[in-house]
Amino acid sequence: MRKILEVRNLSKIYGKGCPRCIESTGPEADTNMCPHCGSVVAIHDVSFDLHEGEILGLMGESGSGKSTVVKNLYFDQTPSSGSARFFEEDATHEMFNLNAAQQRRLRNQRFGMVYQNPHLGLNFGISSGGNIAERLLMSDVSHYGEIRERAKELLSRTEVLLSRMDESPAAFSGGMQQRVQIAKALATNPPLLYLDEVTTGLDLSVQARILDLILEIQQERNTAMIVVTHDLGVIRLLTGRALVMKYGRVIESGLTDQILEDPQHAYTQRLVASAL
Amino acid sequence: MSVTYNFGFMDEHAKKEVRRSILKAISIPGYQVPYSSREMPMGRGFGTGGLQITLSLIGADETLKVIDQGSDDSVNAVNLRQFVELTCPGVNTTTHLNEATLIQSRHRIPEVPLTPNQTLVLQVPYPDPLVVVEPSEDKRKVMHGEADYARLLVKLYEDIVKFDEITISHRYPTRINGHYVIDPSPIPRWDVPKLNNSPALILFGAGREKKIYAVPPHTIAEPLAFDDVPFRVESFNDTHGNRRPCERCGATDSFLDEYINEDGSKRYQCSDSDYCDTVLAETKEAAHA
Repeated sequence: MRKILEVRNLSKIYGKGCPRCIESTGPEADTNMCPHCGSVVAIHDVSFDLHEGEILGLMGESGSGKSTVVKNLYFDQTPSSGSARFFEEDATHEMFNLNAAQQRRLRNQRFGMVYQNPHLGLNFGISSGGNIAERLLMSDVSHYGEIRERAKELLSRTEVLLSRMDESPAAFSGGMQQRVQIAKALATNPPLLYLDEVTTGLDLSVQARILDLILEIQQERNTAMIVVTHDLGVIRLLTGRALVMKYGRVIESGLTDQILEDPQHAYTQRLVASAL
Repeated sequence: MSVTYNFGFMDEHAKKEVRRSILKAISIPGYQVPYSSREMPMGRGFGTGGLQITLSLIGADETLKVIDQGSDDSVNAVNLRQFVELTCPGVNTTTHLNEATLIQSRHRIPEVPLTPNQTLVLQVPYPDPLVVVEPSEDKRKVMHGEADYARLLVKLYEDIVKFDEITISHRYPTRINGHYVIDPSPIPRWDVPKLNNSPALILFGAGREKKIYAVPPHTIAEPLAFDDVPFRVESFNDTHGNRRPCERCGATDSFLDEYINEDGSKRYQCSDSDYCDTVLAETKEAAHA
């Protein structure tokens, strides 16, 4: 299997930071806010690899830094330190050394993002088809008929009624908005997809169908995904490997079934026990 | 009172700064150069941006024509022309395009093609085409720098979805020299092709928004469009598909204004009054001969 993403020592600190930030935060210190300078160590020293077609889970409680990892990798934020390499067939990108235009190209053409809140991922001022068109236009498709066809194809793939493709996503239910977001993320057929709490807040039957859809897409297109969630059911169903995070640190990582059946860290043990 | 003002109303330093901004605008086609728009003795929005460019460029040997929506006789045009006559002694003014060396215009480019000896100055209310999709000027500047205009095309997409055609009637976003997209002031679509490879220098001045930009002579100007839905100008055909003529001069190759008569019927007449007069004179001459 080809490696497509290599993340090393990724850190993000909100605030000015001080030399004692790292030693005074983390699971042992039971906080992510430095008592000396008040900076928040959102993530520290996160490293992992991701291969083609693989689904990696990031789990942990609210504020553990799991979303921050994905936001940094999608260039929504700039990390304080660390590196990430994105491998394409013929090129390797040192992600945080690229200029803004190169980052925008990766973001628009190679990555896809599905946010928990559809308002972040979709433009509610334009139609659902227009949202998909936006992403295609950003990757330099300039043929109206082609854009239209592609949008139809994607929306029918994600089971959005084609008769409603020219309506604003504001007129849709939460589950449908999420489907439009997934269709938008898939528009450029990206090799890497970030899913940030995609099923949180949806009812169970809709959750199940969205998860099915995600798995089917992974099978069809061999898309690698990073799935951020606090829902152990989602982790168990989707992911092959997982990282458990607490106060910005990775406290446990490995095969998902191993982590869930035989958790090593005390926090993971509590987490698994409370959920099951 | 003419003794109390400098030639051209603005002081020489102010004119120099405007000229410097114009040079920069010509060097980077389509880029919006910020400048310190001066207070003029008229409200912003009445053509102060175009006027400052005109006053900075005008010299005693220039002949100026001022147009407002194609007409030399409407209030804005008359006022600006009188202001220049008052503050620039020795400058000639005209209503005939072929006599003019400097043309200040609001919302129209003359029908007759401009010549290399002429400079066209357009008054611009909203210089930034991205303002409709991005409210933050900081972000717009980055978008311009990276030539990131996908969201403008999304607007065109939405238009086609809703109305089967692109409905932008004026201020049609136009890409200059393959990079910057400009708002070509509120000229109708009819005039947009005249920007492309124009022999004359075209300058845009936005007084309220404090921006100057330019389409230099012989520069490529392409209106944004899709490969399979090309840009097109307004159609002046009647319901039978025949081109409507101007009711006054009979021209069938000009941009027409629509007037509503008292009985509710419609009348069409050239928007460019100088062109209309010229055609009328030529027809009369031909009739006499």
